[in-house]
Amino acid sequence: MGNRKVRFGVVVFPGTNCDRDTYHVIQDVAGEEVVYLWHGERDLKGSRVVVLPGGFSYGDYLRSGAIARFSPIMEAVREFAEEGGLVLGICNGFQILLEAGLLPGAMLRNRGLRFICRFEDLVVENDETPFTLLYQRGERIRMPIAHIDGNYFAEPRALAELEGRRGVVFRYLKNPNGSLNDIAGIINPRGNVMGLMPHPERASEAELGSTDGLRMFLSAARYVRES
Amino acid sequence: MKNLEKLLEEHNLTREEYERIKSILGREPNLVELGLFSVMWSEHCSYKSSRIHLKKLPTRGKYLIQGPGENAGVVEAAGKAVVFKVESHNHPSFVEPYQGAATGVGGILRDVFTMGARPVALLDSLHFGPLERPSNRAIMEGVVSGIAGYGNPVGVPTVGGEVDFEEEFSHNPLVNVMCVGIAEKEKIFYARAGKPGLSLIYAGAPTGRDGIHGATMASAEFGEETEHKKVNVQVGDPFREKLLLEATLEVMERDLIVGIQDMGAAGLTSSSSEMASKSGVGVDLYLDRVPLREEGMTPYEILLSESQERMLMVAREGKEEEIKAVFDKWGIDAVVVGKTTEGDRFRAFWHGEMVADVPVKSLASDAPAYERPYKKPNPDETWKESWTRERDWEDALKRILSSPHMASRRWIYQQYDHMVQTNTVLLPGAGAAVLKIKGQKEGIALTIDANPGWGRANPEGAAVLTVAEAFRNLACLGAEPLGITNCLNFGNPEKPDIMGQFVATVEGMKRALEFFEVPVTGGNVSFYNETQGKAIPPTVTIGAVGLVEDYMVIPRPGRVEEGMGIFLLGWTGRDLGSSLYLKVVLGEEGGRPPEINLERERLLQRELIHLAREGRFAYAVDLSPGGLLPNLAEALFHIGMGAELSIETEDEEVYFLFGESPSRALVFASGDLEAEVPVKKIGLVKGERLTAYVNGRKKIDLPLEELKKDWENFFPSLFDR
Repeated sequence: MGNRKVRFGVVVFPGTNCDRDTYHVIQDVAGEEVVYLWHGERDLKGSRVVVLPGGFSYGDYLRSGAIARFSPIMEAVREFAEEGGLVLGICNGFQILLEAGLLPGAMLRNRGLRFICRFEDLVVENDETPFTLLYQRGERIRMPIAHIDGNYFAEPRALAELEGRRGVVFRYLKNPNGSLNDIAGIINPRGNVMGLMPHPERASEAELGSTDGLRMFLSAARYVRES
Repeated sequence: MKNLEKLLEEHNLTREEYERIKSILGREPNLVELGLFSVMWSEHCSYKSSRIHLKKLPTRGKYLIQGPGENAGVVEAAGKAVVFKVESHNHPSFVEPYQGAATGVGGILRDVFTMGARPVALLDSLHFGPLERPSNRAIMEGVVSGIAGYGNPVGVPTVGGEVDFEEEFSHNPLVNVMCVGIAEKEKIFYARAGKPGLSLIYAGAPTGRDGIHGATMASAEFGEETEHKKVNVQVGDPFREKLLLEATLEVMERDLIVGIQDMGAAGLTSSSSEMASKSGVGVDLYLDRVPLREEGMTPYEILLSESQERMLMVAREGKEEEIKAVFDKWGIDAVVVGKTTEGDRFRAFWHGEMVADVPVKSLASDAPAYERPYKKPNPDETWKESWTRERDWEDALKRILSSPHMASRRWIYQQYDHMVQTNTVLLPGAGAAVLKIKGQKEGIALTIDANPGWGRANPEGAAVLTVAEAFRNLACLGAEPLGITNCLNFGNPEKPDIMGQFVATVEGMKRALEFFEVPVTGGNVSFYNETQGKAIPPTVTIGAVGLVEDYMVIPRPGRVEEGMGIFLLGWTGRDLGSSLYLKVVLGEEGGRPPEINLERERLLQRELIHLAREGRFAYAVDLSPGGLLPNLAEALFHIGMGAELSIETEDEEVYFLFGESPSRALVFASGDLEAEVPVKKIGLVKGERLTAYVNGRKKIDLPLEELKKDWENFFPSLFDR
């Protein structure tokens, strides 16, 4: 079992624009297997980790991620998540997971009302999730953000619940968008569905300025291999 | 005949042009036909004032694959085809800044993916009026959000650009957008119609009334009331563009089409007639089959609409259904709207009735060409002794750094997704952009440059200086220029003074490009940037593509270490005219722009490329505009360390500190640096302050952080209050 490649599925909605980047990193940098999953289909093609990449699904003309949750592939993703399968939502993928109710809370427009693209420093808050096994709790890492709706919000009780169960996985060191409690990424109670606004796939090759994101894909692959 | 005169005025056609149409047709044109000629013979589509001059520019080079005349130019880099072009969207961006800029991005993206290339980068050159005025701030804010609002969703990174401010741009802002794409060399697509009997397939957004006579609008001056022109500005839909992009690349990948053209300016008319003209065939269009967004549209409106996100393709025989299936998968309409025919007629039908019948070539290639009268400009030779007087250099440095001309552009570029596609090796801000080409050791360096201040003073000299500056920016990264694209922005060419500026500019470009042996691969001319008789300064925008041999070892600020030497390479002259120092510190416009010796410039650039590729220096920056001190400070901000300078100069100090002599670069390197050009070690990277001794006396001593704060805060403090 030890060195078998893990198959990742990268979901493509109309308007997704980080699908090719994520595919590239999983295949060419992490060295795992990867397939595209088309929004109109229900087949996860044997994926062990499903990634919802960044972009502007369906143009995000309503609310970010609001339409994508009704697509056929999301039914399959929901079932997969309910069975304990690993699901990672990045940026718009995170917004879709919130809209689909697979993660708690909502995204508001950035505090400054503008799109922000830049590197941010993050703190790893939880190193016991399948996606963060290769990080250290308290470790500072660097990843780019690129969003206009990344201001995380949850009702006080939901927020308390989230914090209470250590559901916050990443926090911004310097809050760029107004997110409550500086939240950059969270995980569900079962620990198999994670969403984050920063882009790990953009921080996976040294020439792009950081390799801190690569461990997220490696971690998920190791978790699947060892489980 | 009063009616005819009014009709001609509305169509922006002259009486002579009308007579010419009559003699081509052998009869009076009907209204639809008049509309066709009006757009195809507009300045925007036909280049009637500029064609005879543009022919002088060099269009051959050792890396050239495709020169001007296609949707975009193509050069070879690392075995791949690099497809690129810059285009203006000036007029629409003044009328409706957000949509004007957004559709400018959309249009140039289509020009590139129509060639079979996946767009990998956007850059833009923006010029606005001074930001003290709220209207100029509103235009700038609209343009920047429009670029972000379109480029970000499509998933093409905006990796670079330049922005500057001059009074004359208050009523005529410039929005020049450049797109770069990468294709396989053997899979480039052209605007061809193949042979008679092939289907024309319309794909993309339904046609609406937006943008009718957009091309004609871009071919006339603005008067007092531009508000009513809003109907001429198109509305963009980046989501549909993204789907159109993916679907188009897929039908190309599967080899289902013969040729393709974007329905840009003059929409269905230009795309169909230009493809047919290039292949020597005729074309029949069935206008009642065109998908429409609005009810009651007439043949005239359908032919002239400039609705966005539309493509016209010529299908391979029998592949119509496969093409439709691909577009259907991406949720895009694709409909057969016509066919290529034997002969040379452009014919349009409306429910079986022929509504237009003109020779294809009369639209696409036989537009009139004018040798307009011109008067050569007198270069500004002003030079004043008073400029050189010694002042408080600390104060001058602070003022230049925190001026709109030099302040950090981060507020702008962080609104653009500049990292999507994971190729951006050198992020915006620190010089030209560098993109890697996945799977290769090589990368491409991209830059876009313009300097209207030089243009106002001396159009010909400005063109030479701008080309040299663009190539110098590439050379600082060790990149050799492969080709350029250009946007020539001017006032009304019917005025001999303006035409003279244009002719001088083309001559300057020709001289510089022939000298450097780099071809023009395309671009556009934007005339009539003039409101109520006031024209913009002549502005030549140069977009250049260079080859980086190994993107893993490019010079970058992050490679500079404490203790490294700071070296000045090149020649410092007495160049203060039209400088930032003059404008910002002394409050004077104009003056003789820098003089350039092209032989020296070439020597410097060769040295920079050679030293960079040998890994002999960590980082290098070009020194204009702003001169040595401001550009050094900016470099230090990126590096994150201070410097101690010791400068010896026999001339007046200001030339050395703030003069804008070209053919120079500041280089950060360890050890000694030897080069075939003059090298002067002027200091060390050190500490957290910028200190400078000039001829032994301390003239500058400032904490870097303090300087940086003002430089960083200029735009945020203006827009994010």
